[in-house]
Amino acid sequence: MYVAVKGGERAIENAHRLLAHERRGDPAVPELSLDQISEQLSLAVDRVMTEGSLYDRELASLAIKQARGDLIEAIFLARAFRATLPRFGISEPIDTGAMQIRRRISATFKDIPGGQILGPTFDYTHRLLDPALAGETLPEQPATTPAEATSMPRVTDILGADGLIEPSPQAEEGAPIGDLTREPLNFPANRELRLQNLARGDEGFLLAMGYSTQRGYGRTHPFTGEIRLGEVEVEFMAEEVGFAVPLGRITVTECQMVNQFKGSATEPPCFTRGYGLAFGQSERKTMSMALVDRALRARDFGDDVKAPAQDEEFVLSHSDNVQATGFVEHLKLPHYVDFQSELGLIRKLRREFAEAQAESMNRMKEAAE
Amino acid sequence: MSSTHQPLLVAEGVGKNYGRHVGCRDVSFNLYQGEVLAIVGESGSGKSTLLQLLSTQMQPTSGRVLYRMRDGVTRDLAALGEAERRFLYRTDWGYVHQDPALGLRMKVSAGANVGERLMAVGWEHYGRIRSAAESWLERVEIEVGRIDDSPHTYSGGMRQRLQIARNLVTEPRLVFMDEPTGGLDVSVQARLLDLLRSLVTELGLAVVIVTHDLAVARLLSHRIMVMKEGRVIETGLTDQVLDDPREPYTQLLVSSILPA
Amino acid sequence: MNAQPAAYNFAYLDEQTKRMIRRAILKGIAIPGYQVPFASREMPMPYGWGTGGVQVTAAILGPDDTLKVIDQGSDDTTNAISIRKFFEKTAGVATTTVTTEATVIQTRHRIPEKELQDNQVLVYQVPIPEPLRFLEPRETETRRMHALAEYGLMHVKLYEDIAHHGHIATSYAYPVKVNARYVMDPSPTPKFDNPKMDDCAALQLFGAGREKRIYAVPPYTKVVSLDFEDHPFERYRHQAPCALCGADDSYLDEVVMDDKGGRMFVCSDTDHCETRRAEGFRGVQPEALA
Repeated sequence: MYVAVKGGERAIENAHRLLAHERRGDPAVPELSLDQISEQLSLAVDRVMTEGSLYDRELASLAIKQARGDLIEAIFLARAFRATLPRFGISEPIDTGAMQIRRRISATFKDIPGGQILGPTFDYTHRLLDPALAGETLPEQPATTPAEATSMPRVTDILGADGLIEPSPQAEEGAPIGDLTREPLNFPANRELRLQNLARGDEGFLLAMGYSTQRGYGRTHPFTGEIRLGEVEVEFMAEEVGFAVPLGRITVTECQMVNQFKGSATEPPCFTRGYGLAFGQSERKTMSMALVDRALRARDFGDDVKAPAQDEEFVLSHSDNVQATGFVEHLKLPHYVDFQSELGLIRKLRREFAEAQAESMNRMKEAAE
Repeated sequence: MSSTHQPLLVAEGVGKNYGRHVGCRDVSFNLYQGEVLAIVGESGSGKSTLLQLLSTQMQPTSGRVLYRMRDGVTRDLAALGEAERRFLYRTDWGYVHQDPALGLRMKVSAGANVGERLMAVGWEHYGRIRSAAESWLERVEIEVGRIDDSPHTYSGGMRQRLQIARNLVTEPRLVFMDEPTGGLDVSVQARLLDLLRSLVTELGLAVVIVTHDLAVARLLSHRIMVMKEGRVIETGLTDQVLDDPREPYTQLLVSSILPA
Repeated sequence: MNAQPAAYNFAYLDEQTKRMIRRAILKGIAIPGYQVPFASREMPMPYGWGTGGVQVTAAILGPDDTLKVIDQGSDDTTNAISIRKFFEKTAGVATTTVTTEATVIQTRHRIPEKELQDNQVLVYQVPIPEPLRFLEPRETETRRMHALAEYGLMHVKLYEDIAHHGHIATSYAYPVKVNARYVMDPSPTPKFDNPKMDDCAALQLFGAGREKRIYAVPPYTKVVSLDFEDHPFERYRHQAPCALCGADDSYLDEVVMDDKGGRMFVCSDTDHCETRRAEGFRGVQPEALA
C-alpha cells in the first residue's frame, strides 16, 4: 500500500542534530578552540580568509571549526557572513613596498638589496613524517639578529627603473574601481576584475591552470621576480580630517612574476608581468595566480589565445569554488520530475526502434519468400 | 528589376596599412552581376588582405567598398550596422574558406549545415528544409543518402562541396572564395572547378576569388587582377592577361606554370 | 567575538540590494524574456540550490504576502522546506501549501496545476538561464545572438534531433519564444508545463543566482514553444490517471513500489492532489494515511 512521503521537516531537523554530534566527535576528546585553529592550523586560516575575501582570523577559525575542516565549506561560511557586513568604502591601496618583511626571495638575481630572506618556509624541509609532532612539542627559540633598517626595494621596481619590465598600469585618478561582489562579471573583463576573481579563486584550480602554462599550454617563460610575505598597513581616507587614517595591519603574500619579453614596431622589448596577492602566507596561491594573470593577458600582447589558461571566459567562470561546489552538489537535489520526462522520451524512442526492427525483419522475410 | 548596368561591388582606392607595413594599397575596380574576378599573386602579395577588406572582415585604412543591396540602393559597407552586416552574410553573400572546417559546423549533420541559413531566415517546415538540403546536395554531387552524416565522415573534396552548398542555399548574389581548391588532390580539384564553373553560370553569381594558382583563375574567371607587394600591377580580361602579359612580374608568373 | 548573529533586515537582504534586484526585475519586465545581469549576492545557501529565486522573492516580498515554496511540485521536499523556513525566519511572512492562498510562489522545476491569478507572482529557480548555452558555450557570442535575434542555431539543434531520433529530443527546459522576440529557457520544468506560461494572468519571474541573471514574463504575454510546422510541440504526460486522486490531466511522478518492476503514478503537484482528494476524488489506489 503506497504511503505518500511526508516528514521532510523532521528529517532535516534530525539531520542537523546528527551533524552537530559528529562535528563534536568523541566527547572524551578535548574540544578544539578557535585559538588552536588560528595558531596551529594558520595556513588553513589564511586560505579561508583569502578565498572568503574576509580578513578576520577568529571568524575564519570559527568557520573551519563549524565546517569540520572542510575548507571550501568554511570559505562559503566566510563569504555568506561577509555579504551581511555594511560597507564603509574603499581603502587606500596597500603599499607592499613598505612591508614589514618576514620572508622575501627572488629567483631572478643571486643577491638583491636587503638580501634573500628565507623566513618560515617548508621549502627545504625533508618531507619525512615526524612522529615527535604526535605529542606535545617545545620547539627551539628561532635564531634572531638585530633588525637593520635596510631598504628592500621590489625587484620589479629595480627592473622597472631601467625600463626592462613593462610599467605597471596606473589607475586613473578618481576613476571608479570595479567590484566583483557588486557587479556581474562581463566579458571581456578588465584586469582589476580579473585579478579580484583570481584572488578569491580556488587554489587547486589556479594551481592546475598555472601548471598547465609551464607544461606548454600557453607558455609564458616565467621567472619569480619576487615573493614577499609580511605585514602592511591598511589605510582609509577619512574625509572629515582630510588624510588617510591607519586601520590596522594585515599579513599578505605578494608574488611578482617576470615573464616573456615583448616588443613591437614602436616599443623596445621588455619583460612582462604577472601578479599575485593573498592574505596570510599563501605562496602556492600567489604564484599560481601570477602565472594565470599573465596567461590571461595573452590577448593584450597579441599572443594566440589557444590554451585553457589563456581563455578568459573559461578560467574566470570556473575559478570560484563556492559557485562550483554549489552547482556540482546541487545534483543531489531531487530531479525526478525532469527525469520522468526523459524516461517518457526514451521509452517512446525504444518502442519505435523495436517496431522499426520488427518491420524490417518482416520485410526481409517476405522478400525471402 | 535593378539593372545589371550598375556594378554590384565597387572598390575605391581601398588600402590597409599596419603601422609601417602596407597590407595593400590603392585598389579600385567594379564588379558586375555574373562576373568572376580573380585576384592572383604569391604569398605576401596582399591578395588575402584585400579579400578580407572587400568582405568587411577588416576595415580599410583608406578608400571604401560599396555594395548594391537587393533593394537597389548602393551602400558604403563601412557604414553598415553589425546586424545588417551579419544579415548580408546569411543571405546575399557567400564566403568559401580554403579550409572547409572553418566554414562548416563540423558537429552537426550535412543536412543541418545546408539548412541552417534557411532556418536563420525563418523557414519553419522540417520537411521542406530537408528537401531543399537534399536538392542542394544533389546539385553539388554529394550522395543524398549522406545527408544525416556529419562532415567529419566526409572527404576533403566532399566537405568543400558541402561548404559551397551551405553558402549557395539562399541564392546569394556575391560569393567570396579564398583558395577554394587549396589542399585538394589534383583530380578532386578539377572536379570541384567544373562544379564551380557550372554553378556560377547557372546562378549568375558574382565571384571574387583569391588564388595563387593561375590555372584556377584561367578556368573560372572573366577578369584578373595581379598583385605584388600590396599593389595591383596588372588587370584586365583573364585570357588577354594570361596570354599576353605586359608586366615583367606577370610574365614571370605565367611562365612558371608547369605545363599540364 | 565578531560574529554576533546579525539582526536581519526583512527577508534577509538589505534595502540597497533589494532595490538593485528590483531594478533588474523592472528591466526584465520591460523586455520580456531578456536576461538582465545582476550582482547576485552570497546567500546562506549554496549556489545552484535556489539563491536566484530566493533573491527575487526576498526583493518582492512584503509583510502582507503569503508565500508558498515548492520543489518538484511538492511543498514537502527537503529544499522547499529549507527555503520556506528561511523566509519564515527572516521575514516572518505567512506561508501556505495551498496554491490558491499564496500571493508569491517560489518554485523549482514545476508550474502548479491550478491556473494562476493576477494577484500572484511565480518565481522560478533557474540553474542555466541561457537557452543557447549548450550549443554555444561563449557568453560573448550568445549575447550577440540574442541582440541580433539570430536563433538559427536553436533550430539547427531541433532539426538534428528529428534527423537522428525522429522527434525533438528535448523533454524539459524546452526553449520558448517570448513576445515574439527573445528565446528563453523556461527553467527545467517539464515541457508539459510550457503552455501554462502562455497568456498567464500571473507575473512570472526567473532568478539565476550563480549565473547572475534575472528575466521576466509579464502577465498575458505570448509564450510559444519552438518547433517545426510539421513537427509541432507535443506535451508529454504519462498516460494514466493519478493513482491517488484520479486526475488525468496533471503531471505524474513515477513511484517505484518494489524490485519486481511494480510502479505507481501519482500527481507531482501535492497540493493539487490533496485538494482533489479533499473534494472526494479518488484514484485506483487510495492512500492509507500514515
